[in-house]
Amino acid sequence: MNMEKNTKRNIRRINSKLITAAVKKLFIEANTDLSADVIASLQTALKKEQSVVGRHVIEKIIENAGIACREKMPICQDTGLAVAFVEVGQDVHVVGGDLRLAVEEGIRQAYADGYLRKSVCDPLSRKNTQDNTPAIIHFDVVAGDSLKIIAMPKGGGSENMSAAQMLTPAAGAEGIKKVILEKVKEAGANPCPPIIVGVGIGGSLEQACILAKKALLRPVGEENKTDERLVQMEKDLYASINKLGIGPGGLGGRVTALAVHIEMMPCHIASLPVAVNIQCHVARHKETTL
Amino acid sequence: MVLTAQEIPRRIQTPLTDEIIASLNIGDMVLLSGDLYTARDVAHRRLYEALEKGEKLPIDLATATIFYAAPSPTPPGKVIGSIGPTTSYRMDFFTPKLIENGLKGMIGKGNRSPEVVAAIKKYGAVYFGAIGGIAALTAKCAKKVELVAYEDLGPEAIRKITMENMPLIVVNDARGNDLYQTAQKKWHVIC
Repeated sequence: MNMEKNTKRNIRRINSKLITAAVKKLFIEANTDLSADVIASLQTALKKEQSVVGRHVIEKIIENAGIACREKMPICQDTGLAVAFVEVGQDVHVVGGDLRLAVEEGIRQAYADGYLRKSVCDPLSRKNTQDNTPAIIHFDVVAGDSLKIIAMPKGGGSENMSAAQMLTPAAGAEGIKKVILEKVKEAGANPCPPIIVGVGIGGSLEQACILAKKALLRPVGEENKTDERLVQMEKDLYASINKLGIGPGGLGGRVTALAVHIEMMPCHIASLPVAVNIQCHVARHKETTL
Repeated sequence: MVLTAQEIPRRIQTPLTDEIIASLNIGDMVLLSGDLYTARDVAHRRLYEALEKGEKLPIDLATATIFYAAPSPTPPGKVIGSIGPTTSYRMDFFTPKLIENGLKGMIGKGNRSPEVVAAIKKYGAVYFGAIGGIAALTAKCAKKVELVAYEDLGPEAIRKITMENMPLIVVNDARGNDLYQTAQKKWHVIC
């Protein structure tokens, strides 16, 4: 009976070739065309920054984004590990090929035809895989009959400054803020400030990390929409981070972070997971819905 | 806004002489021209191992300025793809040995270890910071590129890049000073 019901649902077919083409386009665009929200945030930062050297760094970052966009050159030579979020509507049937392979093929083509740097290697031998795959693909099954793809090339320098920690519940909000502030302070000039700080609180170890990464997908500076406590925590952390003095390029100044984005979900009664995912000023993500 | 003397960039040329290095102070903005050699993680390991074994290096350390960088591929009609500094601390393990063997100039981004800072001071070297993430702009300074060694490393191979007026700032000078520490302390707000 149930089987019969299912066959009557409208299943939408999406050809895997369309997915490959969409992924290719997104990764090339993400790497060459800095989004308007990031540019706007940098322009605001330029007004806030009091250090002459700091302002010079932000001006160069904005100038570089213009050149990259006009000349179709990568904004940064580190065109990243290819991270993709794929939300598959449960009424979608991918035809013509395997979904994962279709996404990876899009990445392969983007990095080859878009003159993007292949930055993926074997962890032990350090031998380059030559085509920037395997990619990090987060699949999610959602309601509906569409397929959403978010391309997020993620640079190694800022990813290296990221961390996850399992706090005790007693640590509370103050403990969380302390961990984040310490990570940003330790990172100093390394992750190419001004940075965006993505934070994931709760869930499990890996879920906290995914929340932190997803937090980076928000338009820069947009507040958490679901929890007032997190909005306050974002404001507090933004203020304390920008008192650290690290500044643009780590060369001293008022603007160390462009924004702090926090996402949260419930966790085990014994745990308080917190993850900090640091994003450099080249905050790249582009999305499309098929 | 009036720029201080330090903020008006000074033009310097590689190979870096002892005289040039001695005249550089942390915070000095410079426009660097001449040949640089790219080398990062794996290339550093190979250079280090070659020195350990007493083998001949593919570059002359005494005249080389090393740029911690791996460019994106060169599109048609361009000299080079996008290029900019990678984070330097990953090279810290290998760097003191390279400095002991003659290396005078390094370009990257981010803090160096106390061992590197000590070697810079002891042997009279210099570490310049380049702005990270402005790689399309920096590519415009490259006038010529030539593959030198370790081709199998792809983007990480050692390349000789002839730069013209590449904007840099002195982060660690030969007197042992550290710009990041000094500048960040200056702008730190004590709550």
